[in-house]
Amino acid sequence: MTSLINALPGALAQGLIWGIMAIGLYITYKVLEISDLTVDGSFCTGGAVCAMMLIGGHNVWVAMLVALLAGMVAGFVTGILHTTLKIPAILSGILTQLGLWSINLAIMGMKANQALNVNNYDMLVSLRYLQDVSKGLRPFWQHPLFSVGLFTVAIIAVLYWFFGTELGCSIRATGANGNMARAQGINTNFNKVLGLMISNGLVALSGALLAQFQSFADINMGRGAIVIGLAAIIIGQVTFGKIFRNFALKLLAVSLGSVIYYVVIQAVISLLDINSNYLKLISAVIVAVFLAVPNIMPNLQKGKKEAGHA
Amino acid sequence: MLKIENIRKVFNPGTVNEKVALNGLNLELNPGDFVTVIGGNGAGKSTMLNSVAGVYGVDSGNIYIDGVDVTHLPEYKRAKFIGRVFQDPMMGTAATMQIEENMALAARRGKPRTLRTGISNKEREFYREQLKILELGLEDRMTAKVGLLSGGQRQALTLLMATLQKPKLLLLDEHTAALDPKTADKVLEATEKIVAANNLTTLMITHNMRDAIEHGNRLIMMYDGRIVVDVSGEEKKNLTVEQLLNLFSQASGSDEVDDKLVLS
Ligand SMILES: Nc1ncnc2c1ncn2[C@@H]1O[C@H](COP(=O)(O)OP(=O)(O)OP(=O)(O)O)[C@@H](O)[C@H]1O
Ligand SMILES: [Mg+2]
Repeated sequence: MTSLINALPGALAQGLIWGIMAIGLYITYKVLEISDLTVDGSFCTGGAVCAMMLIGGHNVWVAMLVALLAGMVAGFVTGILHTTLKIPAILSGILTQLGLWSINLAIMGMKANQALNVNNYDMLVSLRYLQDVSKGLRPFWQHPLFSVGLFTVAIIAVLYWFFGTELGCSIRATGANGNMARAQGINTNFNKVLGLMISNGLVALSGALLAQFQSFADINMGRGAIVIGLAAIIIGQVTFGKIFRNFALKLLAVSLGSVIYYVVIQAVISLLDINSNYLKLISAVIVAVFLAVPNIMPNLQKGKKEAGHA
Repeated sequence: MLKIENIRKVFNPGTVNEKVALNGLNLELNPGDFVTVIGGNGAGKSTMLNSVAGVYGVDSGNIYIDGVDVTHLPEYKRAKFIGRVFQDPMMGTAATMQIEENMALAARRGKPRTLRTGISNKEREFYREQLKILELGLEDRMTAKVGLLSGGQRQALTLLMATLQKPKLLLLDEHTAALDPKTADKVLEATEKIVAANNLTTLMITHNMRDAIEHGNRLIMMYDGRIVVDVSGEEKKNLTVEQLLNLFSQASGSDEVDDKLVLS
């Protein structure tokens, strides 16, 4: 139990960081209704770019901006594969992800990982800051929960504004009904590319934050990102769907879904004291459960109703 | 207003499923023409409308709208000139978006989508007034998701959306076919009202011969990817369903009139 309590703030912070990735995924998965597998690659791209920029002596904000842009480029590639070249969305994402593997290695100087010494760089977040703040060595606003939380709120605010603009509305229409959108003069292909760019930009930003938080970038850091993102979206929906109706609140639910996911994982690991090699298996089970719940529950109810009518 | 010049459209060319859907079709509409289109299943009516709207390209021939050659323009660019209502009530609106959001999207047809607000309070008032025309009470449900509306309400809304931004051409593809007779009449009535008020050039496909005769100033009948009957003015006004069936049998060259072919 103590191990869980000790690990909790870290898990919460990590959940918030991955939550930004999940918000990015929400834009493709829910708004555009595209399953985009680019994210496993673009997440790592963000982390790798940020790490290398910091190592190269750049300001952390510049590093994050470049990471964001790199993610957008990845989304652009997937978008072009899907729209101009008419390759199915899932396959387009897989192709970009595959290609990114090599690119990410190249970004990291052909190394599988790059360490970031906390003492050498002025970072936005770090697991170390968490301890520092509790020891009183740093001001409270450098606490990862605070800084990442603020970052999340800012991102949600910008997205909320954007999806209320003419352009943002047209992206929503593109996902909701492509035929209708085109009949209303909306360039659906352009919008899909734009949506994929925004999405992967956020995913890369999240990767950049994680690289800082864990003090390294790793070629495998994005592996399974899509699963975590879907988990966050589904958990958020199952948990808050009934009360959060507004778009901004829906995005907040995604972020909270990610936090819940990390806390559950952490609890399972700490309380059951299992080998961390089973982490992926546990993740898969948790996601499967949350994905299945909304499918099975109405079925159960429907089954009851049908039985009642018969 | 619309000029279709010798267009040809073949689906699945070179396969066993090859189908010549439009076979050298010609049609010219004058501004303000309200043309009803009839013809048997597979005659090419929808293909004609979709070709004009740019859902797919044609194999040969040209299409002009108000003098502009739109033959090679993508669908979303042609939308600037065209308002559309589909047969399927689900197709013309975004179900997960609000009534007013759908209208705001339609009001910007043919205009660039900027970072300005997607819907302003001023337009809301305008939409409320417009919705009143439909007499369906939708003006009191403007923030309801369109997915909650009935098929008839959605068709009426789609019709209104198609004309918010006055189109040079209104294309209606059996837009009342999926509705119950009473609702169909209401939507048709709204169509008549909106077309007349805006003096819209309109192409309306229908399977109902009576509707085809009662509405519009001109009637065309399609058969096998071509227009085989084209009547207007007094001649059209005095048409009877029986005469129409006779015209059809003459045009299609069959001795026996297969009612089902036309009326189904
Ligand atoms: N997308 C498509 N792919 C292949 N064949 C098609 C396609 N659309 C239409 N066709 C074929 O083209 C022919 C004309 O179809 P169209 O839909 O234009 O007929 P229609 O006159 O609208 O008929 P209906 O009254 O049944 O709606 C038909 O034989 C149809 O099977
Ligand atoms: Mg048809």
